[in-house]
Amino acid sequence: MRTGRTVTALAAVGLLALTGCGDGGTNAGGSGPGGIKPPSVPKLSSLGAGEGQVNIVAWAGYVEDGSTDPKVDWVTDFEKQTGCQVNVKVAGTSDEMVTLMKTGEYDVVSASGDASLRLIYGGDVAPVNTDLITNYKDVFDGLKLKQWNSVDGVAYGIPHGRGANLLMYRTDVVKPAPTSWGAVFDANSPYKGKITAYDSPIYLADAALYLMKHQRDLGIKNPYALDDKQFAAAVDLLKKQNETIGEYWSDYTKEVQAFKTGNSVLGTTWQVIANLAQADKAPVEAILPEEGATGWSDTWMVSAKSKHPNCAYRWMDHIISPKANAAVAEWFGEAPANRLACAQTADKNHCATFHAEDEAYFEKVWFWSTPVAQCLDGRKDVICKDYAAWTQAWTTVKG
Amino acid sequence: MATPTLDRSAGAAPAEDPARGPVRRLSAWLHRHAGVRLAALLAAPLFWLVVAYLGALAVLFVSALWTVNGFTGEVVRQPTLTNFRTIATDEVYRTVALRSVGTAAAVTVLDALVALPMAFYMAKVARPRYRRWLVVAILTPLWASYLVKAYAWRVLLANGGPVDWLLGGPGSGPGYGLTATVLVLAYLWLPYMILPIYAGLERLPDSLLEASADLGARAGRTFRKVVLPVIVPSVIAGSIFTFSLSLGDYITVQIVGGKTQLIGNLVYANIGAANNLPFAAALATIPVLIMVGYLVAVRRSGALEEL
Amino acid sequence: MTLSRSARWLLRGAMALGLAFIYLPLAVVLINSFNADRTFAWPPAHWTMQWWARAGDNAGAREALWMSVKAGLGATAIALLLGSLVAFAVQRYRFFGRGAVSLLVVLPIALPGIVTGIALDTAFRSVLAPLGIGKGLFSVIVGHATFCVVVVYNNVLARLRRSGGNLQEASADLGADGWQTFRYVTFPVLRSALLAGALLAFGLSFDEIIVTTFTAGPGVQTLPIWIFSNLFRPNQAPVINVVAAVLIVASVVPIYLAQRISDTATGGRL
Repeated sequence: MRTGRTVTALAAVGLLALTGCGDGGTNAGGSGPGGIKPPSVPKLSSLGAGEGQVNIVAWAGYVEDGSTDPKVDWVTDFEKQTGCQVNVKVAGTSDEMVTLMKTGEYDVVSASGDASLRLIYGGDVAPVNTDLITNYKDVFDGLKLKQWNSVDGVAYGIPHGRGANLLMYRTDVVKPAPTSWGAVFDANSPYKGKITAYDSPIYLADAALYLMKHQRDLGIKNPYALDDKQFAAAVDLLKKQNETIGEYWSDYTKEVQAFKTGNSVLGTTWQVIANLAQADKAPVEAILPEEGATGWSDTWMVSAKSKHPNCAYRWMDHIISPKANAAVAEWFGEAPANRLACAQTADKNHCATFHAEDEAYFEKVWFWSTPVAQCLDGRKDVICKDYAAWTQAWTTVKG
Repeated sequence: MATPTLDRSAGAAPAEDPARGPVRRLSAWLHRHAGVRLAALLAAPLFWLVVAYLGALAVLFVSALWTVNGFTGEVVRQPTLTNFRTIATDEVYRTVALRSVGTAAAVTVLDALVALPMAFYMAKVARPRYRRWLVVAILTPLWASYLVKAYAWRVLLANGGPVDWLLGGPGSGPGYGLTATVLVLAYLWLPYMILPIYAGLERLPDSLLEASADLGARAGRTFRKVVLPVIVPSVIAGSIFTFSLSLGDYITVQIVGGKTQLIGNLVYANIGAANNLPFAAALATIPVLIMVGYLVAVRRSGALEEL
Repeated sequence: MTLSRSARWLLRGAMALGLAFIYLPLAVVLINSFNADRTFAWPPAHWTMQWWARAGDNAGAREALWMSVKAGLGATAIALLLGSLVAFAVQRYRFFGRGAVSLLVVLPIALPGIVTGIALDTAFRSVLAPLGIGKGLFSVIVGHATFCVVVVYNNVLARLRRSGGNLQEASADLGADGWQTFRYVTFPVLRSALLAGALLAFGLSFDEIIVTTFTAGPGVQTLPIWIFSNLFRPNQAPVINVVAAVLIVASVVPIYLAQRISDTATGGRL
């Protein structure tokens, strides 16, 4: 079982631009995998009066009304201002999100990359009229009209936030400081037994990313699009790595604690984990290695069958408004999507810490995407390994 | 049957008179039709257990014969043995299955060894007025969340944590791994082993033990000849809990298991993350077959009634 | 049983060690609820009361607790009904498949939770979803009741066996109808067994997490699920220790009362 946060990250497997997310362009063009077109669903043309309520499907921590912590609340004000009462369903997995959205009872969903395209092609979500979202203009360009939230230049969602999977190490133990992912893939590492890795099949992409830069003859163009040979090479690398692993981590409490006690001294992490460990006086440092890294990003989408579209639009506008976006980004530990949010964070360094405004930084990040049989890098002559195959391979890696 | 005398004699009963006539006739009719009474008793529970539960299991295992289409993610409802072939031929599944069974067995043995003297003390040595408190002491931890207890063990077993410190410095404890998993699972399920053994021993009359002693048997012999036969079903009953709870666990092993994975993790990974229900179902048949085999084997011992 | 002095001391020692083994980690939970470190660094360097204060005004925890109580009561009620019915049938009648029934009742708790969980989940999805019924508290209760039936069944069956059918026959001979016999004879005999079964069933349901994970509707958060999701929010993890500490202390009361009632019931009436 995973937690909301972990699930979010794990399942925030954002479908990646065919040409790679690092291209910085607005849209790679072309339709979805296999050239399929999404069903035609009209978008809301103008904003009317609110319907009195809005039903939201979200990850834990995205819709906080003060019930977890009275100080963490960006729902109550919204309800007062718009008269839209918020009913939230916290979903545990992307599959559950898709199932819930198919019922048509919900208006908005905080879809992760792997759910977003399924929802778009299933006709369950409508294109978003971004003109009606007043805060949309302030969203970072690096998040707009990407392959996981748009099709053919049509926006299907409002970006929420993003983060990268970094390399963390204990500064007092790991010397010299690592600069490459090679540190965690070295079979003869001096830190054998104290290396940690993310416990999910999606971690195969980290190995693929490393091979992409260091074993060019494999011809990996996209770490989420692996044919048989490339896949076997990545699995092999991870099997060798397994010998040096102390434990795999899947939630933050576990990893912070492992780094503090020294059970782990080197491995993948999220920025928020590194910050927490440092705040608790653990001698750790987190870097974006020279090869770049994998990462994740979520999107707010509106149901095609929404009964409360006006409240839904108001919610999407609210959650990326500078103040709410800042609050959720800080509570959750991610880079906000709204550039103005950076002025609203309680911790003035939040955006700098999470590299929110650093497009060059995120250009090196390959956002998580669900591997499917149609190769995401555009190859038509081979069949790529799908996520079920990744899962089974992950089993053999862990042994 | 319905004699007016009784109506008066039951006058102390709360007034139920309006319903008396039909109730009486119904109960008389039921009395004559044992089959109907039996059907009335069993209808609801059997509907629940057979239709809802066994039905659900059946659907699950039929789906083990299906596959998932890699392009669309849709389930392909065409019977094939592919999933089972993968499990049978891929060495990793055998390794993990054996590791899981070994873990469950180790947990069970460990729990039985710890529980036996404790249950014996509670039932036969402790003074009766302390017994109640001892039972409360054993039951109470069941209310502390399983997760919280597992995390407490993560703290205890950490590098340089209390267990390391007890055993003489950082690194001397078991650390995180399979050993830690067995230890923590044994900890979590211990009350489930103590309680049935305690209940079994409590039912054993002290006079029987005294008789054995009077007939000249020493404590050891009394234990072997009198106590043991009584508690074997209880131990088996406890083992059903400890064995099956360990066999299906996938959370504890994530918390203290280091890089270890058990069969529960595989099932969970396939259904939770990969949306591959057919393969998860195929994997789930392994613990089910093991448990059903175990239950059938121990049924004759009377253990199923000691739970 | 006549035990030598040393055997008694050995047993007493084993009991003490066993209790220490059981309570040591719980002590860690309690200590960590005052630990200022957010991820339970050991030994605690600084102490704080803030987790207790924050747990005090945590509405999510209270809602989850209430949800768990509702799920537990619902599951217990169903288990009491179904478990007693099966126990009566098995005790009073000889019928084809009687042996299989006891196996069937045990099965839901003997099979690993994840199997029960995904089986019920699949069934809910394929049967209820087309009818427009989503998973919710209802599905959690169904899931919990399924594996709780056995504890009621075993308690009631054991009591029925011990009490035999003589009292019921005597009652019938004196002219009582079925309902009266049940109300004035059978039920009083069974009361403490039902109570013991109910307590166990409620306890099983209250700390269940695996079946709950698979059967809970998305808005349904029982206490274990709440704990699970909060354990992984770093600022929340210590609050969990407070909740657990409170639960441990609070649970002594119902368990003790139930013990007391069941003791006097067995001692006084049978």
